[in-house]
Amino acid sequence: MQVNNTTENITENTSFKPLIVAFCCNWCSYAGADLAGTNRLTYPADVKIIRVPCSCRVNPMFILRAFQRGADGVILCGCHPGDCHYTTGNYYARRRMTLLFSMLDYFGIEKERTRVEWVSAAEGAKFAATMNDFAETVTRLGRNKRLEDLRCRK
Amino acid sequence: MTYKLFLDKLYDFFDKIAGKEILYIPSDDSDGSARFKKYETGVTLSESGNTVRSAKDFFFPQTESLVDFKVDGQKIEVIDPRTETEDFVIFGVRSCDARSFKILDKVFIDQEPADSYYLNRRSHGTVITLACTAPVETCFCKTFGIDPTESADGDITAWKTSNALMLKAVSEKGRALLESLGEIIDKADSEDEKAVEAQKKQTNVIYDKLPLHNLSTEKFDGRSMMDTFFSEKWKELSEACLGCGTCTFVCPTCQCYDIKEFDTGHGIKRFRCWDSCMYSDFTKMAGGQPRLTQLERFRQRFMHKLIYFPMNNDGEYGCVGCGRCLAKCPIHMNIVKVMKSIGEDE
Amino acid sequence: MQEVMIKKAAELLENGTVNRVMGWKAGEFIYDVTPAVFETAEELKDFVYGDFCAPNLSKYMVAESKKDGKILVFLKPCDTYSFNELLCEHRINRDGVYVVGIPCDGKTDIEKIKALAGPGIIDIKREGDNLKVQTAYGSSELSRDDVKLDRCLVCKSHKHVAYDELIGEDGEIRESKRFDEVERLEHMTPEERFSFWRGELSKCIRCNACRNVCPACTCEKCVFDNPASGVENKAASTSFEENMFHIIRAFHVAGRCTDCGECSRVCPQHIPLHLLNRKFIKDINELYGEYQAGADPESRSPVVDFTKNDAEPGIIYERGGNE
Repeated sequence: MQVNNTTENITENTSFKPLIVAFCCNWCSYAGADLAGTNRLTYPADVKIIRVPCSCRVNPMFILRAFQRGADGVILCGCHPGDCHYTTGNYYARRRMTLLFSMLDYFGIEKERTRVEWVSAAEGAKFAATMNDFAETVTRLGRNKRLEDLRCRK
Repeated sequence: MTYKLFLDKLYDFFDKIAGKEILYIPSDDSDGSARFKKYETGVTLSESGNTVRSAKDFFFPQTESLVDFKVDGQKIEVIDPRTETEDFVIFGVRSCDARSFKILDKVFIDQEPADSYYLNRRSHGTVITLACTAPVETCFCKTFGIDPTESADGDITAWKTSNALMLKAVSEKGRALLESLGEIIDKADSEDEKAVEAQKKQTNVIYDKLPLHNLSTEKFDGRSMMDTFFSEKWKELSEACLGCGTCTFVCPTCQCYDIKEFDTGHGIKRFRCWDSCMYSDFTKMAGGQPRLTQLERFRQRFMHKLIYFPMNNDGEYGCVGCGRCLAKCPIHMNIVKVMKSIGEDE
Repeated sequence: MQEVMIKKAAELLENGTVNRVMGWKAGEFIYDVTPAVFETAEELKDFVYGDFCAPNLSKYMVAESKKDGKILVFLKPCDTYSFNELLCEHRINRDGVYVVGIPCDGKTDIEKIKALAGPGIIDIKREGDNLKVQTAYGSSELSRDDVKLDRCLVCKSHKHVAYDELIGEDGEIRESKRFDEVERLEHMTPEERFSFWRGELSKCIRCNACRNVCPACTCEKCVFDNPASGVENKAASTSFEENMFHIIRAFHVAGRCTDCGECSRVCPQHIPLHLLNRKFIKDINELYGEYQAGADPESRSPVVDFTKNDAEPGIIYERGGNE
């Protein structure tokens, strides 16, 4: 049973390109993404960046709605702990996302579909590497089926 | 004519119907409560009382797509999302719930224009009612003139005795279904009729032992609408109401709905869903909310069921006494308490 | 106990300490008590207290405490946690309430009684640890322990954390096995957990009883009722919407939920909603230190707090459920 599922996934995945939503804080990670661009580093075009003023601006509803509207993976990037432009925002985001991700896991939703990474404005290379790695993980998981809204599927 | 089917052939009977149409029967859930389930081999008929939720979902589902829109530049495409409805049979509807279909018919069919979504489901459905043998303390169907032991509101009425299922056609549709069953059913004899009569009598004896057996609608004859509306009692009655929609959603006769739209990102889906008069945004419109407090919303529910509805529908009350709201209200405020309390008013 | 409470209420109404009393009122049957406000000693004849007085009266204090005069409210130990939490959130005007703590040895669940004794309940009498149940179809004797509310079987505390006066002796915080079931779910595979929650949440009829009864849900306007929020919905159209409502609701009360268990008690569809809230409580306890919402009105909820060495979100890849 389990084996069958895996093979099915692999065959499906050969043509599967995941849609990834990346929430990036304005001060560090968004600038990091910019740097990745100017340095001509490649990361998948299916990563859609949404700029937020701070990682703690992202409430759980944002993550769920991204999945509803077709995301296969959602990643939140913010300043490294201690470096928040607003001093402490990312500390709150860290607790919230830990609890939310744990709840999604409790619901049986694949936990690798969600991630938090701290990316500074100087870390263009880390940004690209993170996105490549995340895209690979999500590609392996396949299409988001457990937290999708069928009405939104094209 | 009454037919009989020996109980050892009950599942053959189900198989036979399910071979032709979709069949739903009440079946026990893992938590021991009965719910309507699609019949297939292995699904067993519930032996417990009435289903937790009423059967109104079959005709008036909680959410239902009305129309889809696809927008492409200047072009708007309007799509009817309906697919062909298959014929279906609901077995084991109790008299109270069967009456609720008649009440819903008054709202959705008996007025112009008829609701085509409801009408479509209604015309594809066949209802087999099953006589009640185990009324419980929350039952008060007789208050509204419903006979728990025999229903004339379905297509076929049935009694389950110790060894057989008795079936009697009520409508043309029911007769056609019975006749199509062939040899699996037999003609009932006078012994069988006697067993049914004995069962009816026994059910009535139990009903009369229950606390709500003599609940009366006397005060709600429509003559004192304004007095009832302005009664001092509403404040006290509605005080503990949480404003949740439990009573309205388990109710077999509640028929209010809202029409909403959902933006899918590549189109619009217009759908309707049940609404509850207990909710703060019920009937909210551009000009605001006509009922600002829970007292007014609470009052609306009971005025509708006991006064407005009968006034507009030849005295038919908007309640069938199934008792679901009595069992399910988180704070145990309900129509019986309202009727008794308001009934004491001068 | 009922007589003592009526006497206390009459006395406080008489001497002007309070002008209203909140308690429970007898219903049509033995079990259908309704929370009610009594304004005179005369009205107290309908006051009841017994095995079926499960409703948590704390939330009613949000509105009642702001009315003229002072209201007397009887709170069971678990209710006092909710009361404290509401005080903490400045939702209750403390000066408008006079709290009398009452002891509780667990409330009974009428659904469990019906399941065991059969339908048609006419009368229920308590005799020590047993209940004599009379139905329209016969009679039986049940052990009270078998028909207690699930939440009472894992009662966390017999101690009152907020009161002006106590009736009887105060109890102790108890060792409770309330996280066992969460753990059982955590040990399942993600597939099993997914089908467990789908099975449960697909029963949801969005009556909002869980939200409206919840003492932690006191928003003036819920996001799910607000057409401007973009997520308003009156009914779940897809499994996603079923999941979203319950995830967001549990998240919004995380760190503030005292685990009073009202959500599961009122659910007409018997969905074990407390297992969502308990998951958050368990995670908070394990990741950020033991925390009981409502225990101490001066404490800060862990979801609006942080330390510099908090675990990274990546920790969930190692902990939590099976792969």
